[in-house]
Amino acid sequence: MPRFPKPPEGSWTEHYPELGTGPVSYEDSISPEYFEREKEAIFKRAWLNVGRVEQLPRVGSYFTKDIKAAHASIVVARDKAGEVRAFHNMCRHRGNKLVWTEDPKNESQGVCRQFTCKYHGWRYDLDGSLTFIQQEGEFFDVDRSQWGLAPVHCEVWAGFIFVNFSREPSQSLREFLGPMVTDLEGYPFERMTARFGYSTTVGANWKLFMDAFAEFYHAPVLHGNQSPEKYSKAAVQAGFEAPHYQIERPHRLVSTSGVRFWEMDADMIKPMEAMTRGGLFGPWDKAELGEMPKGLNPAKCDPWGLDSFQLFPNFVILIWSQGWYLTYHYWPTSHNTHVFEGNVYFLPATNVRDRISQEMSAVTFKEFALQDANTLEATQMMLETRYVDRFLLGDQEILCRHLHAEVRDWIDTYEGASR
Amino acid sequence: MSALLPAEFADLEPFAAKWCLPTEPERYGTRLASTTEQMQVFYDAITPRLEDVLAYLEKLPYDALPDDATNLLCLLYSMIQASFPVEIWRQPKVPDTGATSFDCFVEPVP
Repeated sequence: MPRFPKPPEGSWTEHYPELGTGPVSYEDSISPEYFEREKEAIFKRAWLNVGRVEQLPRVGSYFTKDIKAAHASIVVARDKAGEVRAFHNMCRHRGNKLVWTEDPKNESQGVCRQFTCKYHGWRYDLDGSLTFIQQEGEFFDVDRSQWGLAPVHCEVWAGFIFVNFSREPSQSLREFLGPMVTDLEGYPFERMTARFGYSTTVGANWKLFMDAFAEFYHAPVLHGNQSPEKYSKAAVQAGFEAPHYQIERPHRLVSTSGVRFWEMDADMIKPMEAMTRGGLFGPWDKAELGEMPKGLNPAKCDPWGLDSFQLFPNFVILIWSQGWYLTYHYWPTSHNTHVFEGNVYFLPATNVRDRISQEMSAVTFKEFALQDANTLEATQMMLETRYVDRFLLGDQEILCRHLHAEVRDWIDTYEGASR
Repeated sequence: MSALLPAEFADLEPFAAKWCLPTEPERYGTRLASTTEQMQVFYDAITPRLEDVLAYLEKLPYDALPDDATNLLCLLYSMIQASFPVEIWRQPKVPDTGATSFDCFVEPVP
């Protein structure tokens, strides 16, 4: 008997009949040629999250972002009117990379009054307009107003900064996000400024790592050695079931039930978790955030664990019931590598007890993520042998099935339209 | 050499030079460079003192901790790092993670 009711069709997967229930292929994750198609059809067309407004605290704050999957390198800045803007990070004079420090291959961030090219000293205002040409009289009929920085479509939702590389995006950011995501409005992201950020290069296709965090079926097994034996055994015995899955194309959501660690026997939890009152699910003492937005905990689960909102193509917002949240970004760098970035956000601690339970939660997150990342390299390695090309997915893996189907659909739609 | 920790915690001073580290990369790096036995000694010394440390730190203004109190707080962060190998794995790194790394590039201060 399932612990949580499934849709009337009998399973979550059959509730979305276009997904099918058959075996799947991961050819889309081992082919350099497929990655080239993803770049054109997806990363140059979808809205991509590049950060949060707190990274641009004042006028002139900026950061750069290389997005290999869109073959782009941009600078994002707060202009004099307080607006967040994005530009291709390139001087209009001879194409030099405009903003960089020491090594142009590295990301850069800071505060400036204007952008000045290191090559010939051309200057641009924070709104991108060209304000100064060195020895302007040497140039021929230059109308400076026509030679500002090349803009990138940039919109902000709930403090998350998104860019879009298409000439004219087919949807506004809000339309692209849709109600399942925009119903998160009201969550106090802007107050949760205590941030732990982590980054790594993973030797696996970006979709395979998204799959890893799109299902929790793996959790009792892969992470069994993160907990005392008694807890791990009980977790494997129980297995994993989610009370709710939801797909609103192109995005997807999984919601989970919670665990009350603080009510458990001592031999079920690690001593340090009890000492710090923190762990995988976060601080045991819930942060008071006020009323939660209507889009959270859609199954009204009690105890509720988390909601993982997986925004197409490569961005996840994961909100924990204990009053903290995570983001994941998966930035492809080739068909079998990507840069994974995980950020953990809490309300700023106001006392040492809160601070150490946050520390315990963040350190625990890292230890779990290390196991996930290494497993993915093992998967990529074997898929690339190509001896087997059909694989099974269970109902708790519906979101993996959907991501690959969605990618395929974007490619088909784009290539169909351009034929 | 002058003490890194408040006088009340002189018993933890032998661990201070190694473990009072302000950043996660330093603490995690020190963990990987230590043996489980070394971390067990540190863990056994600091965990019975945890409530005393918290009680001491709670009396101070959290947003203006003096240097020796900040060191003490960093020692607690290191205690958390050391607890993972000591309590479960008996090895410095989480099992089955090969050469995989996950680098912390920003964290709250303190």
